[in-house]
Order: sequence, then structure tokens, then C-alpha cells
Amino acid sequence: MQLEQLVNKFQQKDIKAFETLYGMYSDSMQGVIYNIVRDQDIAQEVMQDVFIKAWNSADSYSAKKGRFFTWLINISRNAAIDKTRSKAFKNSKQNLNSDYFVDIIQTQDSLDDQTDAIGIKKFVTKLADKCKAVIELLYFKGYTQKEASEELDMPIGTIKTRNRNCIKELREMVLG
Amino acid sequence: MTKEEYIESGLLELYVAGALSDKENQEVYAAMQKYPEVLQEVLDIETAIVKLTAAASPKPSKFLFNTIKEKLGLKSDGAKVVMLDKPKSNWMKYSGWAAAIILGAGLLWQFNTNGDLETQLQTVEVKKDVLEAEIEAAKTNLREANAFIKTIQNRDILTVPLGGQAVSPSSYAQVYWDKKTNTVYLDASGLPEPPEGKVYQFWSLTLNPLTPTDMGVIENFSGDENKIFKIENPNDSQAFGITLEPEGGSPGPTLEQLYTLGVVENAS
Repeated sequence: MQLEQLVNKFQQKDIKAFETLYGMYSDSMQGVIYNIVRDQDIAQEVMQDVFIKAWNSADSYSAKKGRFFTWLINISRNAAIDKTRSKAFKNSKQNLNSDYFVDIIQTQDSLDDQTDAIGIKKFVTKLADKCKAVIELLYFKGYTQKEASEELDMPIGTIKTRNRNCIKELREMVLG
Repeated sequence: MTKEEYIESGLLELYVAGALSDKENQEVYAAMQKYPEVLQEVLDIETAIVKLTAAASPKPSKFLFNTIKEKLGLKSDGAKVVMLDKPKSNWMKYSGWAAAIILGAGLLWQFNTNGDLETQLQTVEVKKDVLEAEIEAAKTNLREANAFIKTIQNRDILTVPLGGQAVSPSSYAQVYWDKKTNTVYLDASGLPEPPEGKVYQFWSLTLNPLTPTDMGVIENFSGDENKIFKIENPNDSQAFGITLEPEGGSPGPTLEQLYTLGVVENAS
């Protein structure tokens, strides 16, 4: 329940708690945002805005509605998508790379100094194509199960089972 | 659903993704509260997703926190953050005491000030009374002066100069007699201040034989500014005199102390 206390403190405008949560999630948010905007500087900028927004609207988070991480990731996706819709962004990025997160992870050099980097690289290399799309849509793009089922033309039950198996694999890879 | 069914359903993975409906989210949350195994499963899924998504980050991001703090106008120094947090109670305590002391001092000051103000108010009220009295006196003086001017402007007025006598040759006085109203105005400004214990007494005289009639002592000679006194005179006066008498006056004039004397010229 340590995380819950941390989030509570954050909601009470405790800067230390804010910094800890930032440390836990900033890379994840930047990764999700980057996967959408595909520009390092813009990703950084959007990621900062996301945490500023989170701090300013901390009251609006409720544990009953979902995980804090999930709340943050929702803000991040929305902010990133908003960014891609902005005129300035459209002008500078005519052709977005259509690669999945998998390609991003595989080409990351900065991951080498991270403990889990090897596990995750191994994971995505081995990752079956059927997993790539599901993870991409559900975690990086924020599709609902219904939206993902329509996008991939699969029954919702299949999405659930497939996703579970893919995440199971990931867990074995990074958590041992 | 049992806890095993929850874990195997794939709902928990979707829960972390944020892909469930509000209703499903609440159900999962309730199951997490109920079953520690479900909670642990969610935590494990979350950890894996945190790591996966972080792996897609092109650059480290930790160093950007200071920028965020600056943008939010928060203190960038970690030590200051602690200070904000911990000594809060001390700060509250001290500020409370400070407020109490300031309030107490303020009340004391106000009490003293109030006392001072009351004293000042009393002083001012006394001054006001004095001033009102002075104004009243001045008005009276003015009225008298105006009446006097009117009287002496009257051509029916009889003017009787009183000259200094042996005891005080430099003294003089003037009587203005309005026979119609039986009033005299005595201008005694040419008389010296009477010595202590003595008063001037005004006399109406008829000659042959010399008969004095008391017209009263001049009270408050020193206090009267213009030294003009209005006196009733029903007598058929032939002369007027002023003597110096003991306080309270005398039944007859002390002629050795006759200061001024004047005869009514056209006495009929």
C-alpha cells in the first residue's frame, strides 16, 4: 500500500511524493508519448506538460476509477494525440513513421544501461506478431477492448486471452 | 468471479491498460480490495507495463523534473521541500504564538490609547466649555458695545465727563445718560485698577445741598474688558462721582477717596 500513500501525499501537494512518482513513471510516459509523436524533443515537452497537468489536477484522480499509472498514461496518450492534431505538428511531421513500439525499443541505444533493457529487447525480438499489435493498441494507443477488437477484427474474448498471454511472457522476461 | 477467475480472465491486464469500462474498473478495484492475490497480480502486470513503456522512451527523463518544478513555481531545492513539509507544525505553532502576542500587545496598546483618548476628550470638552463661555462673554460684550454705540449716537444723550480729583488727578471717566430710558453708561476705562479689598462706587449727586445717591459698586472692574458699565439711573442727577470704598460698598461716599467727579452741564 506504499504506492497508495505516495499517491495520497501527491494529491496533498507533497513535492517529495511528486518527485518519487515522477521517477517511477516519467520514462514510461515519455515512451508512450514518443511512440505517438515520434519526435524526441516534442515527446519531452509533452511529457513535462503531462506531469504539470497531473500535479494541477491531482484532485481529479480517484483510486476507485483505476490505477494511478493508468490515469497518467491516459493523460499522456491524450496529450500526445492532441499534439499530433495541432497545426504546427502536422506541418512539421508530414509522414509519421508507422513502426510499432517494437521497432523503437529495438533501436534504443540508451537502454543498454538499464537492468531490464536486455530482457525487454529480447522480449520484443521474440514477440509474436499477434502480440505486437495487441500491446501496441491497448497500452501505447489506449484503445478500449472493444476498439481493439474492431481494429484487429477479433472477438473481445480473444483479445483478452491473447493479451494476457503476451503480458505473461513479458512478465517472465522482465520480472523473472 | 473467484480470485482465480479474475486472474485468469485477462481483465486485470486490460484494467492496467485502461481499456475497461467504468463499471468494470470498479469491480476490479473491489476485487483488489477483497483478494490480496488479485492486487498482487495487478501490481505485477503494472510493473511489467511500466518497464515495457519505459523501454520505448528515447531519452532519459529524470533530469527534467527540476524544469517541471520551475514551471510549476515549486522550490527546486530538495532541502527546501523538506523544510516546507516538516517544520510546518513549528511554523504554525510559532506563528500562532506570534499572532497571540501581537494581538495581546495590540489590545494593551489599544487600552492605553483608549485611556489617553478619554483624557484628551475630557480636556477637549473642558476647553470647549471655556471657549463657549468666552464666546458667550464676547457676544455679551458685543451686544453691550453695540447698545453703547447706539446710545451715544443718540442725540438726546447727555455726555458727562468726570475729571480726576485730588486723590487721583490723572483719573477720568465718562457718563452717557439716556434720560428717556433712565440708563447711564459709565465708561470707567480711565480709572486705575482698584487696590485689593477696595471697589469703586458710583454716585449720583444733587447739588445744593450736596446729596449723594448710591448707584452701586462696580463689581468685576478688573474682569471687564472695556470697562463700560450699564446702570439704571432713575435719579434727577446733577452730577456723578466715583469713590473708592471698602469691598461691598459704603452707605455714603468717602469724599477723601473721590476719584472722579463731573457735573451735568445742562442740568435743568
